[in-house]
Amino acid sequence: MNAAVSTDIPSSTSPIPKRTFDAVIIGGGGAGLRAALQLSQANLKVALISKVFPTRSHTVSAQGGITAALANVSDDNWHWHMYDTVKGSDYLGDQDAIEFMCRNAPTAVYELEHMGLPFSRLESGKNAGKIYQRPFGGQSQNYGGEQAIRTCAAADRTGHALLHTLYQRNIAARTQFFDEFFALDLIRDDDGYVLGVTALEIETGEPWLFEARATLLATGGACRVFRHSTNAHINTGDGLGMVLRAGLPLEDMEFWQFHPTGIPEVGSLISEGVRGEGGCLENKDGERFMARYAPNAKDLASRDVVARAIAQEIRAGRGCGPHGDYVHLKIEHLGAEKIMARLPGIRELSMQFAGADPITDPIPVTPTAHYMMGGIPSNMHGQVVTPVQTGPEEAVPGLYAVGECACVSVHGANRLGGNSLLDLVVFGRAAGIHMIETLRDNPIPRPIPHTAVEKSLARLARWSQRNSERNSKGINEGNSKGINEGNNADSPIETVAGIRTDMQKIMQDHCGVYRTASVLQEGLEKLAAVEARLPNAVISDHSKMFNTARLEALELENLMLIARATLVSALARTESRGAHSREDYPQRDDEHWLRHTLYSRSIDTQQDQLDYKPVRLKPLTVKTFQPMERTY
Amino acid sequence: MRFRIYRYNPESGGGADAGGSLRPHMQSYELDFDPAGKKVLDALIAIKETVDESLSFRRSCREGVCGSDGVNVNGRNVLACVTPLEGLSEPIEIRPLPRLGVIRDLIVDMDQFYQHYRAVKPYLINLDPEPENERLQSAAERAELDGLWECILCGCCTTSCPSFWWNPEKFLGPAALLQGYRFIADSRDQATSERLDFLEDPYRLFRCHGIMNCVEVCPKGLNPTAAIGKIKGLLVKRAL
Repeated sequence: MNAAVSTDIPSSTSPIPKRTFDAVIIGGGGAGLRAALQLSQANLKVALISKVFPTRSHTVSAQGGITAALANVSDDNWHWHMYDTVKGSDYLGDQDAIEFMCRNAPTAVYELEHMGLPFSRLESGKNAGKIYQRPFGGQSQNYGGEQAIRTCAAADRTGHALLHTLYQRNIAARTQFFDEFFALDLIRDDDGYVLGVTALEIETGEPWLFEARATLLATGGACRVFRHSTNAHINTGDGLGMVLRAGLPLEDMEFWQFHPTGIPEVGSLISEGVRGEGGCLENKDGERFMARYAPNAKDLASRDVVARAIAQEIRAGRGCGPHGDYVHLKIEHLGAEKIMARLPGIRELSMQFAGADPITDPIPVTPTAHYMMGGIPSNMHGQVVTPVQTGPEEAVPGLYAVGECACVSVHGANRLGGNSLLDLVVFGRAAGIHMIETLRDNPIPRPIPHTAVEKSLARLARWSQRNSERNSKGINEGNSKGINEGNNADSPIETVAGIRTDMQKIMQDHCGVYRTASVLQEGLEKLAAVEARLPNAVISDHSKMFNTARLEALELENLMLIARATLVSALARTESRGAHSREDYPQRDDEHWLRHTLYSRSIDTQQDQLDYKPVRLKPLTVKTFQPMERTY
Repeated sequence: MRFRIYRYNPESGGGADAGGSLRPHMQSYELDFDPAGKKVLDALIAIKETVDESLSFRRSCREGVCGSDGVNVNGRNVLACVTPLEGLSEPIEIRPLPRLGVIRDLIVDMDQFYQHYRAVKPYLINLDPEPENERLQSAAERAELDGLWECILCGCCTTSCPSFWWNPEKFLGPAALLQGYRFIADSRDQATSERLDFLEDPYRLFRCHGIMNCVEVCPKGLNPTAAIGKIKGLLVKRAL
């Protein structure tokens, strides 16, 4: 290093402990682990920060499989898969990224198999011993023809198998894990370079600075913004909050997938693989109603189509149960043997959470928030891209995003089942490869700004505030009293749980399967009232070590930003496309809305800002699939 | 409903009822809660949300697949999220998993458990050049892995094992041994002999005396004792 760069701020001036790596990855699910593996195998120094031990990540809950045109069971090729994905996205998906994903899908699956993933295997025929594949929704042969059998599975626990396999490979590759570290904020300098993150060591309660020349967000989804969701408690969109706080936009946040088959109230997912194996939906009259909504694909239509069909059946009074608020998913005709072999996890979940053994009884199911199609705008190399003067998609130097937190966009307005696990590994790998190049081209770290950690420390200090200090500006550590002493506030005590529950109810009631302008507008007004309560919230636990109350408060800050981004984006989009169904605008409107939403929040004024960018209709090598009417 | 929950906060002043005490203790809670269809985790969350924010526990998937919330309920190691409240005798006693160090309340230090897991090299070892497509594995060969790969690393089995209680540093415990056998049993793995060499040890493997507490408590219905038996069988076979 020459003298010119030695004016960098020495590490000793950092107010908190610092660790330096080539790359830092936030999130230990499938996407983060896949990228970490690429970097570790290239002998780079990589830190993987995860707020839970990696195998507790939500990838573990994925059930049905990972889609790739292996043609092990039915005639197939990646171009048909691409067509289905473009159509499934209601033409909002970027076709270059979709081509990249579908083309790379077979390689990605074989790679997982080589890593040791215990795929189920075909028992007989010329392909005996090859990877087992099952039918999934929205998958066709010959561009909308016969059902394709394309989704590769490890029983009905494919996510578990994938996550554990990737974690195991990372053990072998000696990736350095920082388990139970909660990422707080991106470090960004005045030139816009991302230089790492601040993170809270959960066990000790100490903040850390992780410096890196490349930072990857793989923080997963955020369906905990809804009251009822299939998602784990940990899915609070932390990476999205970090991005918004750094002044960067989020893309297509109006598009949330409601999975047709979640267990009512509890939310647990009942895999699409159940219908893939031959299960069917029935209303209270015992009618297989999907034939009316999707005459060809029936129960295996795209998820948005099936979710709307169930919602309509329930509305029309044909729902099952005492309140008529769910429909039945029947599989008893498959027989006990097949259910035990192919769907053992589903049977377990159904018995535990719905009190129904699917060998003899139907499973109650209802549309449940499941997946965030939108997220951090990125390209097919995992680079986070944002509009600047030179174009709508300029890379943010040093910052990457992959997996559910990212919006490439390969899922557009509606994701197909089996494409999520695929997204994780294809783009996790691609991001890893691109990061390796970036690190080689940028060997010298840029100086960390003096003020880098101030905002994070202020956020932490804010939650150290006691009830007695509420309503007074700033935090006076010297004046801390017991939590119930000196209650000088006029307003009632606000709790994190109370605010979170109210926010989730608003999103559930005002931003569900069907939307209208008035319902969304009312939701936005209610949300503003809940947001206004957040500064008054206090937590009673002020200990440092493993303070989960404080974690939940920090997570709530992220969820609140996401709730607003969703409502604002949804209100503006006056059309129906994929999972965004506006009853006041029931048609798709390609003339005005074949474009991606970009929502951001002004750092200075905290005002919502909406911007738009075109859909990338041109694939890498093949012809564009022109938008057409979408039927199943 | 009545609960008695193990509390420990290493710092003084933490939590509404910790009273600055450093001493671990059982704390009683009354909760107005209809247990119908609800699990132990629902009650823990309700206590945290409405009664005592400082109560600390791990949770993630809330459906029995991530393995975060292993705890001891009325003397039995379980996953809180899949254990029904109905049928549990009150007061329901909830303690951290036995034998591991307690970080706080129901949160245990899993480091030792993870070290044992890492020690068995829980990854496929196959040094052949990778084929263009998948490696073939017959459905029958693949069936050998059923009951092994589904482990969620919750720790319920290992922390219920008296052999682990006696020798936590040296005995690998049922979860790690189950994963050790998962790779021995995989027709694609080529390191059986090295794996057996590592396990052929009076402590790592042979402290298992077939007590079968692991089988009794496994929330996924797996059978580590049987897997350990198969490892022992292979060792006997190769000694002959």
